[in-house]
Amino acid sequence: MSEEKKTNRRDFIFTASYALGAVGVGAAVWPLVDQMNPDASVKALASTEVDISGVEVGQSITVLWRGKPVFIRRRTSEEIAKAKDVKIDDLPHPETDEDRAKNPEWLVMLGVCTHLGCVPLGDKGEYGGWFCPCHGSHYDTSGRIRKGPAPTNMEVPKYEFVDSNTIKIG
Amino acid sequence: MSDHNYTPKSKFGKWFNDRLPLLSLANHLTDYPTPKNLNYWWTFGGILTFCLITQIVTGLILAMHYIAHADLAFESVEHIMRNVNYGWLIRYVHANGASMFFLAVYIHIFRSLYYGSYKSPREIIWILGMIIYILMMAAAFMGYVLPWGQMSFWGATVITNLFSAIPLVGESIVTWLWGGYSVDNPTLTRFFSLHYLIPFLILGLVVLHIWALHVPGNNNPIGIDLKKPSNDTVPFHPYIVVKDLFALLLFLIVFAFFVFYSPNILGHADNYIEANPLVTPAHIVPEWYLLPFYAILRSVPDKLLGVVAMFAAIFVLVILPWLDTSKVRSAIFRPLYKQFYWFLVADVLILGYVGAMPAEGLYLLVARIATAYYFLHFLVILPVLGLKEKTLEVPLSLTEPVLGGSPNQAMARSKKEIS
Repeated sequence: MSEEKKTNRRDFIFTASYALGAVGVGAAVWPLVDQMNPDASVKALASTEVDISGVEVGQSITVLWRGKPVFIRRRTSEEIAKAKDVKIDDLPHPETDEDRAKNPEWLVMLGVCTHLGCVPLGDKGEYGGWFCPCHGSHYDTSGRIRKGPAPTNMEVPKYEFVDSNTIKIG
Repeated sequence: MSDHNYTPKSKFGKWFNDRLPLLSLANHLTDYPTPKNLNYWWTFGGILTFCLITQIVTGLILAMHYIAHADLAFESVEHIMRNVNYGWLIRYVHANGASMFFLAVYIHIFRSLYYGSYKSPREIIWILGMIIYILMMAAAFMGYVLPWGQMSFWGATVITNLFSAIPLVGESIVTWLWGGYSVDNPTLTRFFSLHYLIPFLILGLVVLHIWALHVPGNNNPIGIDLKKPSNDTVPFHPYIVVKDLFALLLFLIVFAFFVFYSPNILGHADNYIEANPLVTPAHIVPEWYLLPFYAILRSVPDKLLGVVAMFAAIFVLVILPWLDTSKVRSAIFRPLYKQFYWFLVADVLILGYVGAMPAEGLYLLVARIATAYYFLHFLVILPVLGLKEKTLEVPLSLTEPVLGGSPNQAMARSKKEIS
């Protein structure tokens, strides 16, 4: 190439046109993509209140919140002791039991295995907590992952005690 | 495409063909020179076309009676089974048709692996085929969700959760796929929409697949380039058409056996229980045709790496034309490759078997070894073998070994080179 290509006013117009066109196409495509995100009716079901007066020590109930099961377990003192008596360094996803259960008697968490979303079975597994039958993840009495392919502990949702007999999740 | 000129005989035909050369296309397809040594493993392309059309026609009919709603889907499928005239037949043909489609596509793919049909100059045909295969898996997975049984729901949960393994944006992507915080009605309706779309995408890709095939022409069991048309070829019609139709009839016997005598043997009993988001079935298994990939996913103890391994298992197939360094196509002339080929077949069957078993103990160990071997085959054995293997002598034409004029191939060759 003998003559060097100089940037001129026409190149500027091309670049500006492409840029504006890209922004326009992006703006037109976004609604087509975003319509797949949770809609207003799905988001409206964001919180649920649960009556826990009938739950005895050592029992669990499962309630549905946002289409997902939530485990509410009234733990025995042995389970609480077992959950607290763990070296934090031994955990694949280090979280203390105090952080997970504000009121140690009540463990509230999403009953969804963090591997691929199955519902783990209670009172099972090598750590006395939960066991996921799909791909063999073991959780302890605090719902923390101890063994298996799941990467993190079972998630603790936002919840609060409305009164001593009612929990509001969400 | 074809290098010969075609003129329709009738005046109207000529007038029409000058404006839209459909008759030229039909002529190309009937006269298309085909290697005369094609064996029955080459009939699965036609069988697959039949499978696709069957799925589209039966699916179109099912969509007339099916209701894509989380509260009604399960019942509407039972309604199809019990009330709709011949509904049971159409649904069983559609459900078993998916399995037959995969059976045929696996034979088609392994035919290609044995005879080296993916090699130059047919890489694009192979890649288009792989895209069709991936779309088939997506369509089959979404179709399996539609009856909204337990396996539908939990299969959908597990497979969509694969995307949550993506760092940072994984969770957002899964929420976006679901249209909520779990698999629910919005997920069902979008899967129905996409399940309806994908077969037509596949149809378009099949046209490209065949178009790309008609540029170099068919590979053949000997795996050599043929002069076309020549003594080595026959016209597609009637020779290959009749052979394909005969093979299709045999295939239909197998198809009909499943539809009429054991329509549920390839499915899972749990899918006759309506979806329940609170209870996971004790043992989630995908449909049989996805089991080898499922075994690979489960054999890796890390979530992200498991998902990566599963997608990599498909990706190595896509880049296969560049992994296999051998210039000789057919396994007939590759004594070592022929053995490794059968090891691979066994390996994939083993993966399929352990994929259906619980992921523990000996099954897990076997799954890990088989997964390692799968990747070893494609990433190490094939590239090295192509460079090291001593291949047998390849004939120059299909007729050469018979009509070369001399029992000594080398002499026949030298004659040819002189002339």
